[in-house]
Amino acid sequence: MPLLEIQNLHATVGDKEILKGINLVIKPGEVHAIMGPNGSGKSTLSYILAGRDGYDVTKGEVLFDGKDLLSMPADERACAGLFLGFQYPVEIPGVATMTFLKTALNAVRAYRGDDPLDAMQFLNYVRERAMVLNVTDDMLRRALNVGFSGGEKKRNEILQMAVLEPRLAVLDETDSGLDIDALKLVAEGVNAMRTPERGMLVITHYQRLLNYIEPDHVHVLAQGSILQSGGKELALELEKNGYGDITGAEAA
Amino acid sequence: MPRNVTKLLPFVDEVRVSRPDDAPWTSALRQDGLDRYRESGLPTPRTEAWKYTNLRRLAGMDFAPSEAAPEGVAIPEDHLVKIDAFRAVIINGRFQVNLSDLSGLPRGLRVEGLANMLRKSPAVLEPLLGQIAVRDNRPLTALNAAHLDDGLCVFVEKGVVLDKPIHIVSIGAPCGDDAASFHPRLLVSLGAGSVATIVESHVGKGAYFSNGVAEFVVGADAVLNHYKIQEESDEAYHLADTTLRLEDRSTYDGFTFQSGSVLARNEIYACLDGEHVDCRVNAAYLGAGKQHIDNTVFIDHVKPGSRSREVCKGVLDDQSRAVFQGKILVRKDAQKTDGFQLNKALLLSRGAEIDSKPELEIYADDVKCSHGATVGELDTDALFYLRSRGIDKVAARNLLISAFVAEAVAEIQSETVRNAVSDMVQEKLEMRHEGRVNER
Repeated sequence: MPLLEIQNLHATVGDKEILKGINLVIKPGEVHAIMGPNGSGKSTLSYILAGRDGYDVTKGEVLFDGKDLLSMPADERACAGLFLGFQYPVEIPGVATMTFLKTALNAVRAYRGDDPLDAMQFLNYVRERAMVLNVTDDMLRRALNVGFSGGEKKRNEILQMAVLEPRLAVLDETDSGLDIDALKLVAEGVNAMRTPERGMLVITHYQRLLNYIEPDHVHVLAQGSILQSGGKELALELEKNGYGDITGAEAA
Repeated sequence: MPRNVTKLLPFVDEVRVSRPDDAPWTSALRQDGLDRYRESGLPTPRTEAWKYTNLRRLAGMDFAPSEAAPEGVAIPEDHLVKIDAFRAVIINGRFQVNLSDLSGLPRGLRVEGLANMLRKSPAVLEPLLGQIAVRDNRPLTALNAAHLDDGLCVFVEKGVVLDKPIHIVSIGAPCGDDAASFHPRLLVSLGAGSVATIVESHVGKGAYFSNGVAEFVVGADAVLNHYKIQEESDEAYHLADTTLRLEDRSTYDGFTFQSGSVLARNEIYACLDGEHVDCRVNAAYLGAGKQHIDNTVFIDHVKPGSRSREVCKGVLDDQSRAVFQGKILVRKDAQKTDGFQLNKALLLSRGAEIDSKPELEIYADDVKCSHGATVGELDTDALFYLRSRGIDKVAARNLLISAFVAEAVAEIQSETVRNAVSDMVQEKLEMRHEGRVNER
């Protein structure tokens, strides 16, 4: 059974139709990349999958593990194993990163029927994962994302993914605002999580990230629909020729 | 155009100005209070200071003066902040020596019922009582003076450092079937260089009206931590005047938490009557239902080089309403004053309301003063972020609300009290949410 099945998805924000019939199937173990110019609907797609308010799905459906994803509240989607890595992680003053991670992990564990981790188990569990991503104890003590640099925020996103161990990770422009060293670190973190059971949907504007996270499939999203799909070589083609060839040909 | 308005004058009939054993000045104090109260009546929104807090509901209620504390009132331990402290218990304004735990008071600390002291050592009280909390333009303070009778006195001798807090537990209870009214007075005097922590808890059951006045003198170089937890019953009226006289180089760390009462107004008058005083008057509150919670603070910088800080944060749900009035006065001689004031409210429902009135009045030319006020709702982006990590809606809201309040609680300088108050607020928030979940 596919992990994620998006069928003819149409969505509007206010009166504006943003997604105009998306079809996409992700099987366990696969890494898909969605590329596309600004304003093509990439972020809208990721938010709709994660369950953010403010979008009207007018047609189509999304199955996650065979279940109707769109009828689940955002927190249930996360508990069921969907993870969104935010393009712009939110700063939350007054909530320590550690407290946040613990609350989230124990919520997900409760949904799976697992006991909460005690303080010591949790600390070890997080530290093990934080070390790989160079997330310091100081960052874990600070308020969630408050005063974090762009790179720290993105590393914190990947840490959250590593802590929650989702079945499907949607990574929205995880590369934006990262220098090359930070990009490598983040990509390593993502690659470490590739397993035969886990799926990934990597959304990006640039091919650069895909040098480090090698996708099995690449899709071009423009004007609200997927105009072309192919293997990883499609990304290289786009890098050389730009989006114009595909979108222009289609628009003409 | 002036109108002919009927004055509201409740709580006057039961005043007894002269009593047997009175020192002449106590009768005079009551008489002065009564005269002033009669002249103004109960404050109405026509007075600027009372524009946002209307006592009409209070005036319409039937209260019986609490002549004696009702029998068999239990101490609601579950509602008290958990700290290791000396304990003075007051029921309906009357000090209860038998319910208090004042064993092992160290040398240099005197904790005694006011009625007892008025009888036995009025001379000690004369220079202080009614001298700090002035009565002009403060009708409720005047009303309290008219009823002067009982309460508590705390004297810390000069140089005495107390490591154990004094916990004043004030309990309100109905007198039989009647709602009680009482007018307790607290007098606290810290000698030069002394250090003390005083925690006030206000709790109770049923309908009652508490009109308390507290007078504090903090001597030169003394340090007073003063934390007040107002968790009165949800039918109670809680009006309180806390007046501080802060002398040279003294430190006052004050914090008020309010989540009780149907109507509460906590007034603080801080007179920084010395140089290099450090005065912190912080507050947090949680409002729900139809509660009305008023924090009115007046900070008076009289002399040079002092610092004041005021952080007030509140959360309002349902149709609750809050008032924040914060005035900083910097007098001509108070050069190098450093004043800071911040008021933030979080509105959880469309029916909730906050009236916020910050005021700076500055006559000195070399000062640093700032104030800010914000009103907002829960951040929807933050809520979604938390929920996208598996945290359910109620828990996510709770996390954001407690983070908001935590910023004010963090102002409490005493670590043990800060932790105890923090736990209490957390418990309170969880209880409110459980209540809501059960209602639905």
